[in-house]
Amino acid sequence: MDSKSDNAPIVRIRPPGKWEGIDFQELKDYRDLFFFLVWRDIKVLYAQTIMGFAWAILNPLIQIVIFSIIFGKVAKLDTDGIPYVLFSTVAIIPWTYMSEAMSKASQSLVAGQSMLGKVYFPRVLFPITPVLAKLVDFSISLLLLIAVMAYYQVPPTWNVLLLPFLILLMMIIPAGIGLWLSALSIRFRDVKFAMPFLIRMLIYSAPILYTASSIPDEYRLIYSLNPIVAVIEGFRACLLGTEIPWQFILPGTIVAVILLVTGAIYFRKMERVFVDVI
Amino acid sequence: MSQIAVNVEGISKIYRLGVKERGSDNIAGMIWDFVRSPLNNFRKYRSLYRFDEAELQGLEAENGQMDDILWALKNVSFSVDEGEVVGIIGGNGAGKSTLLKILSRITPPTRGEVTIRGRVSSLLEVGTGFHPELTGRENVYLNGTILGMRKREVDERFDEIVAFSEVEKFLDTPVKRYSSGMRVRLAFAVAAHLEPEILIVDEVLAVGDAAFQQKCMNKMQDVGKEGRTVLFVSHNMPAVTSLCDRVIWLDRGTKVSEGPAREIVGEYLLAGRSTMACRQWNDTDTAPGGRFARLLATRVITEKGDVAEHFDIQQPVGIQMEYEVLEGGEVMLPHFRVKNEDGVLVFVTLDHDPEWYQRPRPAGFYTSTVWIPGNFLNEGPYFVDCALITRHPDIPQFNELAVLSFAIAGSMEPGTARGDWPGRLKGVVSPVLEWKTDYRKG
Repeated sequence: MDSKSDNAPIVRIRPPGKWEGIDFQELKDYRDLFFFLVWRDIKVLYAQTIMGFAWAILNPLIQIVIFSIIFGKVAKLDTDGIPYVLFSTVAIIPWTYMSEAMSKASQSLVAGQSMLGKVYFPRVLFPITPVLAKLVDFSISLLLLIAVMAYYQVPPTWNVLLLPFLILLMMIIPAGIGLWLSALSIRFRDVKFAMPFLIRMLIYSAPILYTASSIPDEYRLIYSLNPIVAVIEGFRACLLGTEIPWQFILPGTIVAVILLVTGAIYFRKMERVFVDVI
Repeated sequence: MSQIAVNVEGISKIYRLGVKERGSDNIAGMIWDFVRSPLNNFRKYRSLYRFDEAELQGLEAENGQMDDILWALKNVSFSVDEGEVVGIIGGNGAGKSTLLKILSRITPPTRGEVTIRGRVSSLLEVGTGFHPELTGRENVYLNGTILGMRKREVDERFDEIVAFSEVEKFLDTPVKRYSSGMRVRLAFAVAAHLEPEILIVDEVLAVGDAAFQQKCMNKMQDVGKEGRTVLFVSHNMPAVTSLCDRVIWLDRGTKVSEGPAREIVGEYLLAGRSTMACRQWNDTDTAPGGRFARLLATRVITEKGDVAEHFDIQQPVGIQMEYEVLEGGEVMLPHFRVKNEDGVLVFVTLDHDPEWYQRPRPAGFYTSTVWIPGNFLNEGPYFVDCALITRHPDIPQFNELAVLSFAIAGSMEPGTARGDWPGRLKGVVSPVLEWKTDYRKG
């Protein structure tokens, strides 16, 4: 007992002060909890549903059907010659992941507030959990993507090698936005009401329904600052074998990383007072 | 050589209660308020947790008398040695829960610093993070890791946890199908198998049925015996006195006193009452009395004759009065009335000392003492009226109401009416009676 406590960890609890660094050692100590939180999210998501994980396919599928009818058949949007179903499937699957992870992450702290007030753990686990948990849905919906690609007989190209990087970028975006919005929503519940609106804005601001090439040249730089553009256009190039749009991927990645880092810093500053302002 | 496990230095915690709402009483004003409200709300919610240094000093100078500010804790310091079991007591709003939340790192202090040596687990609630859709098995892992265990540790103790919880059969059933009792048992079983160096427990023992409560109390006692440091908040005073070595008493955010458990619990039970264990009238003019007799002093004493306010339930309580008979020749009847906390008259006791029974008393000084045996009065505070009458005719000489008070603290030791029963027994008295149970094979 004594020998054990001689090298016992010493914790100092002080008033909230200035900016604090991220305690990676602590995050490592809590990795088992993180694992179980992710696993809980996965397990509970489709509990007591008839369709179960099939919803992970149905959800994007229905959107694809609707968009293909409205924008492909009725409005006849220009897709650089790609069949509209293929064009929209490639975009909607990463988009579904991002929008769901983003809204789940933003609400994670408010939803888990009863836990926040009762036990200590690194709060950052909460917004990060859906970013990982939603990957399960994403992986399942990739089946749909493969099926559509097979139907249109799109051969894979070397561009596919970029996919892991794009998936990483696709995770960084909701993580960064989730950190920011979850910390903000603890103080201002307005975030909850603004969220559906924000998601709708993002779907129109990113080239999900239309091509990025239809953006006039003079706005292209501003447009490229939207990291979602990088993911969507990247996925298209990657899977359909068109030219890789570095002009979108590079600025988008930089913005995504900035979002993640600033989000983590802001979250870190706020996390100690969460319980007092809930 | 025991080390300090928890050191609390000058902890304060301030809450802003939320800025008061001021409404206008005319339509134009209301519309203006509505238009301006987002700005006001923004300021209000932004300022909820912020206190800059200047404001803090201002608050301290004003002694916290601002109406939207609450000092949940004010400059509290104490330390806990390794292996000590310390209780924290106090009324509602005393700051107990805030203190535990600070020690558990759930909320930061506004001022001061806490140093903790060793791994802490805090138990402010049982079953934190339980998810109704998950099975019992899954919840054990989730809850265990939430409480700070590693998966490996849960693996090692899994069988013990399940055995303790008595829900083996339902392990793979979603928790939503459990009865509330089963849920609580499973949750407590996880908590009971934490093995941190420092355990912080809020009032979570009051769960489940009596038998399960007993099991929990035993477990808590074991934890204390294993040499782990425990901080324990409770309203259950007998539990505090039987589990804790030392007690810290908080009231409205400040530490009132700390010391040996039994002593502080006794003090706490008597707090806020104007009476005490000893009263003396030095000035004969103001001393209560009539033509024949005058009260000089009255006190509550231990067997050794020391004045005391708190007693263990097994200890006899002596109540004494000193009086002067001014005019001899009367038969006198000194008596005490003992009332409990609710004002219920428990008993009246008359001086029937055979030496003075029906015998006129000469002038002079008398001291009469009555002994209330141990294992008689139940736990709690008591008040004593002190009175004396002359007989034939009955003329009251003095009758001081609630002039003394004392408190009985229960314990779970064998030889008390409670024995190992964890809760307070109801009733005015708590005698140890003889029981006999016959068995006949059916």
